[in-house]
Amino acid sequence: MTATMIKEFRLPDLGEGLTESEIVSWKVNVGDTVSLNQIIAEVETAKAVVELPSPFAGVITALHEQPGTVVEVGKPIVSFEVEGDAGGQPAAAAESVAPPAKREPNLVGYGAVVESTGRPVRRQRNFAAAPPVVEPVETGPVETGRPVVEPVETGPVETGRPVVEPVETRPVETTTDERPRSTPPVRKLAKDLGVALEDVRGTGPGGLITRDDVRNFVGGEGLPAASEEPVAAAGQPQRAVPGQGERETRTPIKGVRKLTAAAMVSSAFTAPHVTEFLTVDVTPAMELLARLKSGKAFAGLKLTPLTLVAKAALLALRHNPTLNSRWDEDSQEIVQFNYVNLGIAAATPRGLMVPNIKEADRLTLAELSAALTELTETARAGKTGPADLTGGTISITNIGVFGIDAGTPILNPGEAAILAMGAVRKMPWEYQDQIALRQVMTLSLSFDHRLVDGEQGSRFLADLGALLADPGMALAMA
Amino acid sequence: MVTDDAGQGGTTAGRDNKTGHQGGAGHNLVQLITPAGERVSHPEYDPWVRDVSDEQLCSLYEDLVVVRRIDQEATALQRQGELGLWPPLLGQEASQVGSVRSLRDDDFIFPSYRENGVAYCRGVDLTDILRVWRGNASGGWDPYTVNMAIPQIVIGAQTLHATGYAMGIQNDGADSAAIVYFGDGATSKGDVNEAMVFAASYQVPLVFFCQNNHWAISEPVRLQSHTHLAERGTGFGMPSMRVDGNDVLAVMAATRVALDRARRGGGPTFIEAVTYRMGPHTTADDPTRYRDANELEDWAAKDPIGRVHALLDRKGLFTEEFESSVRTKADSVARELRAGCVGMPDPEPLDVFKHVYSTPNSWLDRQQDHYSRYLASFGDPAGAITEEGAR
Repeated sequence: MTATMIKEFRLPDLGEGLTESEIVSWKVNVGDTVSLNQIIAEVETAKAVVELPSPFAGVITALHEQPGTVVEVGKPIVSFEVEGDAGGQPAAAAESVAPPAKREPNLVGYGAVVESTGRPVRRQRNFAAAPPVVEPVETGPVETGRPVVEPVETGPVETGRPVVEPVETRPVETTTDERPRSTPPVRKLAKDLGVALEDVRGTGPGGLITRDDVRNFVGGEGLPAASEEPVAAAGQPQRAVPGQGERETRTPIKGVRKLTAAAMVSSAFTAPHVTEFLTVDVTPAMELLARLKSGKAFAGLKLTPLTLVAKAALLALRHNPTLNSRWDEDSQEIVQFNYVNLGIAAATPRGLMVPNIKEADRLTLAELSAALTELTETARAGKTGPADLTGGTISITNIGVFGIDAGTPILNPGEAAILAMGAVRKMPWEYQDQIALRQVMTLSLSFDHRLVDGEQGSRFLADLGALLADPGMALAMA
Repeated sequence: MVTDDAGQGGTTAGRDNKTGHQGGAGHNLVQLITPAGERVSHPEYDPWVRDVSDEQLCSLYEDLVVVRRIDQEATALQRQGELGLWPPLLGQEASQVGSVRSLRDDDFIFPSYRENGVAYCRGVDLTDILRVWRGNASGGWDPYTVNMAIPQIVIGAQTLHATGYAMGIQNDGADSAAIVYFGDGATSKGDVNEAMVFAASYQVPLVFFCQNNHWAISEPVRLQSHTHLAERGTGFGMPSMRVDGNDVLAVMAATRVALDRARRGGGPTFIEAVTYRMGPHTTADDPTRYRDANELEDWAAKDPIGRVHALLDRKGLFTEEFESSVRTKADSVARELRAGCVGMPDPEPLDVFKHVYSTPNSWLDRQQDHYSRYLASFGDPAGAITEEGAR
């Protein structure tokens, strides 16, 4: 059989007991022909970002969810047009073993179905509002347990089907009524108000006693307004006022945003930050940059102010190695790195990331420039690998690209220093005892004051500034 | 050739643990095939694999590739919602293939949950391997048909079962042996230590085969042990070996040494196969959250399959024809695995009562009676199970 058919693929539970996942990206488009197990999407769960291999070989006919959407497990996310026997799936075999009824199997990887209709009728619970009807039909040995069918009196039973009420074989006196159904906060409210829940009639599903039931029971006789307000406020966050448009948008904190936040909080509240600023006339550095760009040695390479600042920082670090170290709280040791893995803060599609260039101190200016280009392009494409994100020893953040001059950057956790480079601006500046229009940049350096004293931080910043103000200083420092 | 470059895993500590490893007898890593695919000689272990012909080497390579393929296909099946969970063994193929292929049919295997490569080589039906991971049965096969127990999920508990079984072999006066698989994390469990005490005390014919894959979920092995794990075996008075677990030939040699000792009444042996779990702990785990990708890169260079490929290449055995025959085999196994998985009939509601006791049990019979009557009270008993399960 070669007839084609449309198959939907529903989002499986990719971890253990997950209820939803976010589509990070699609690796295919509608109309693409895909093979079995070809990666079709990247999905972020609460546990991991995982790749989804195609369950079928065929043609993509629809992508039901956009990237960035959080999808409930079990919802269709993609449709395929497949041959009758495509995907290596023995369709015939699968069909032959499927039960004849229209029953939808709960696929193993799909976890629990949250909402379901037509649920089977379960044994009715006994409520105070609907007293249990217990008939001691049997006084013999416990073994019998013969079910007795009784008509339903109340409760949430949608169908008219009878409810099976297994009869307790114990004497009536010892039958314990279940306590009225309610939730812990409601029980607390009732207790606070001195209400016995047994006296309250529940109006919620299955006779559940709600907060309102308790309040109504108390009636007008003095529910302290003071206690009502905070309870209501805590229970339900205020939503948008209808008809006025949404006044606030709530986005769950997760993924990279959550990790970034945790890293920032941990860094900000464990490492005492000091930030120093230095504004430098970088005209000579910019002139050098222009000369290098036009020269043959750097043909094809992308030279930017960041390239020079990074190189200058690496040179200055040689004389101020303290800034390239780590406070190891666990072992009560200061780890001095004898290499530099230079982190560069990058805005990526998945949020802020600080990939680093390994052994950056060993690179020539040309190599450094190539490494920076590769790093930023990889980050922008969202393809930064985990190896690039770990093991950094010091970082640079280029806030100048946003037209910003200075800031107080927060340390990348585990590092002793971070440099923010500001925008290069033409400003009136002192030059050879005159006022001249010069290219000026502000450098902001934050450092971990546990490791780095003001003297060391200041010397590093001054060396860096000297190099940018007069690149010839490199000869003196090399 | 004796090397000691496998490292101790875990990258968060800067401190060098190696000095702590030199105490006692000192277990040097046994290696017969280097990561570059060079066959190096070892006076002590060479004789144990002298009979491994070119043809057998090719067959070992095929098993390594097929096992990896099974692992990848099962991982994909989990991502496609066809399996509830899967514990990938990527990187541990040589430890599993090399050890299981040293066994006789009458030896008995006690695996953990990750020994799916062992199960394949032992001849367990592909569908049966997946049965438990699909939530289709509590156990996938009858252990006595292949002399291999079903996967043990409780960490290290199987070491006690294996010790008891080996005591039984002893009582029978047989010359077979038992082998028990567990990981580095299991060595921290009480069960495993108790098993080693008993095995050593009774000198039972048992091989403790520890795959040190360096990570107990997110816990690096260096936090579990300040000595090589092989030294733990020594501590219980067992002869212990430390072998390159990514070297199928070295694993085979070590396992044969241990089995021979067991059969000759020499008692238990502890083997630490130093390998690396290149994938997640299970499909529900994300290792990038706790381990350095550089470590993974280092281990990728020691890949168990790559080195046999290189060795076969050096010997002129890795022909196009051979390569395509291995690929064909792996493809067909993957196809069979998938078909068996998606075509697996759902279990019957009352199957849950099967295999609990081997003999009739009135208490269980009563429960089954009650449950079947409960099910009979629904219009569609099967539907009731689904809905119950979904709640």
